[in-house]
Amino acid sequence: MRFSGIGLLACLMATGAALADPSGPVSLSGIGRPATPQILALWDIDVRADGQGLPAGHGSVRQGEALFGVRCAACHGAQGEGGSADRLVGGQGTLATAKPVRTVGSFWPHATTLFDYIRRAMPYDAPQSLSADETYALSAYVLHLNGILPEGAELDAGSLPKVRMPNRDGFTTDSRPDVPVRAGQAPLTGITAPR
Amino acid sequence: MPSDTSRAPRRSSSRRGFLRLAGGAAGGIATAAHALESGEPLAIPEWSRTPGAPSASPPYGRPSPYETLGRRSRTPPAFPGASSTGTPLQHLHGIITPNGLHFERHHAGVPAIDPERHRLAIHGLVERPLVLTMDDLVRMPSVSRIHFLECSGNTPWLGAKPGWTIQESHGLLSCAEWTGVEVSTLLDEVGVKPGAAWILAEGADAAGMSRSLPLDLARDGAILAYAQNGERLRPEQGYPLRLFVPGVEGNLSIKWLRRLKVGDQPFQTREETSKYTDLMPDGSARQFTFVMEAKSVITTPSGGEQLRTPGFREIRGLAWTGRGRIAGVEVSTDGGARWQAASLEGPILPRCLTRFRLPWRWEGGPAHLLSRATDETGYVQPPRAALVSVRGTQSFYHNNGIAGWHVAAEGGVSHAV
Repeated sequence: MRFSGIGLLACLMATGAALADPSGPVSLSGIGRPATPQILALWDIDVRADGQGLPAGHGSVRQGEALFGVRCAACHGAQGEGGSADRLVGGQGTLATAKPVRTVGSFWPHATTLFDYIRRAMPYDAPQSLSADETYALSAYVLHLNGILPEGAELDAGSLPKVRMPNRDGFTTDSRPDVPVRAGQAPLTGITAPR
Repeated sequence: MPSDTSRAPRRSSSRRGFLRLAGGAAGGIATAAHALESGEPLAIPEWSRTPGAPSASPPYGRPSPYETLGRRSRTPPAFPGASSTGTPLQHLHGIITPNGLHFERHHAGVPAIDPERHRLAIHGLVERPLVLTMDDLVRMPSVSRIHFLECSGNTPWLGAKPGWTIQESHGLLSCAEWTGVEVSTLLDEVGVKPGAAWILAEGADAAGMSRSLPLDLARDGAILAYAQNGERLRPEQGYPLRLFVPGVEGNLSIKWLRRLKVGDQPFQTREETSKYTDLMPDGSARQFTFVMEAKSVITTPSGGEQLRTPGFREIRGLAWTGRGRIAGVEVSTDGGARWQAASLEGPILPRCLTRFRLPWRWEGGPAHLLSRATDETGYVQPPRAALVSVRGTQSFYHNNGIAGWHVAAEGGVSHAV
């Protein structure tokens, strides 16, 4: 078999191009497929504090009251007072006491979080079974139980982010390390052996 | 390990003698103890007189029937799927947690996910949003790293009982080798748009568990993990895919990961507002308290153990920090009046459990065992009282205070803080 010099060179060049350059990055392109909004529609359910992500629809306090009795009260209590699941109502003014009561009304900083959480995770035995209207209605009712919305209120994507939560400004950033202890310092007070 | 030491020979008065005996298996110790106590010659047991079970019986190996370890809940949960179970740290050795004993915390049960149908979506502020299969992820460049995972609710601030074992006081802590794709690899592949600062991570479980991570944290060694200690994740650890974020509170390491959404602000999910925030005495709450600060605990002797034999025993424990490596551990046997440096066993890895050891002689009187870790930043594990003086007792999460065990004169060991 005979080779031309140029042919041999072209062959070597082609081989070189087919091998990865060990000193450079290898492209990952081609892995996965494009995630279009249509593909993601059922998964893209998060709702931000500014309301981004809220769906169309609406629901009222009164509609929420009826739903709450059927879908929520068994675990959260008839009036959201708590039961096998978290208390949802009350506790305002208790956060700085020895027995703080953390509820939607006393602690949650954003009303949008209520919608997001109900939509993704509630009711516990059938998550993602509520419609957007039902989720607005339940959010409205829980806020009403906490004295945040009047009985005649209705919520939608425009009004929910505007709800001002009582503890909206109650959060700070992480300030740790917050306990200065130097190496070699005798650290212990108040530790006693059990009787 | 309590069951081992309780079977230690009564007459092992010298450390050398004890160590020589302890070098054998537990059964060997028991046999040796029996022989020493009775003075009879060593017998040839039945397992030495007949061939044993065939290989691959079973194909996936299980612990000896003599070993009966398990995870368990501190209290019976109202919702069995929304609960936690602790790792029996008092019975484990070294730093690696066996996969079947890794602690659990689920918010809506363990989903039974078909890996063929599982997908990871990454979208939001990225140039090329993608949907990936498990095959896609396994093809990508991978890393394997050993890191601890600790729930920020580990070690309750209130309600400690003298009868607590370490499984109840510190059991929401485990350590494993995690294998998968670095989050930064995927972020580079999809191209992060200007203004991106946070990532929402979301699970495919019935809780749709979701947390926001700062982009910098996601790029600091976080892994899209599909394997743990060499095998695919267990269902209760996120099979087939979990996020693993080293050094920070366990809740960020979203299990059954199905979606990453890049945004310009935190998403303010329920788990980062009403939960996993730390309430201070003034009524304010710290949010996004990610790092797990330096902490240590003595694993043996520890609560529930009964010391029967005075003499030598090794104090053993674990230390860890989310801020890098452990620099040192001190141990006190007298409630903190005097401290001794424990020896650390290498390799000392960042954001990983480090095993410490200290030889000790228990002479039969009361003792109060404590450990105190220092990390490479110079941070020293504080006493609980110092933490309470700043944070009160209602912050629920992030209790890394010094803890220990009380040894009664007759050898009973109980929780001491």
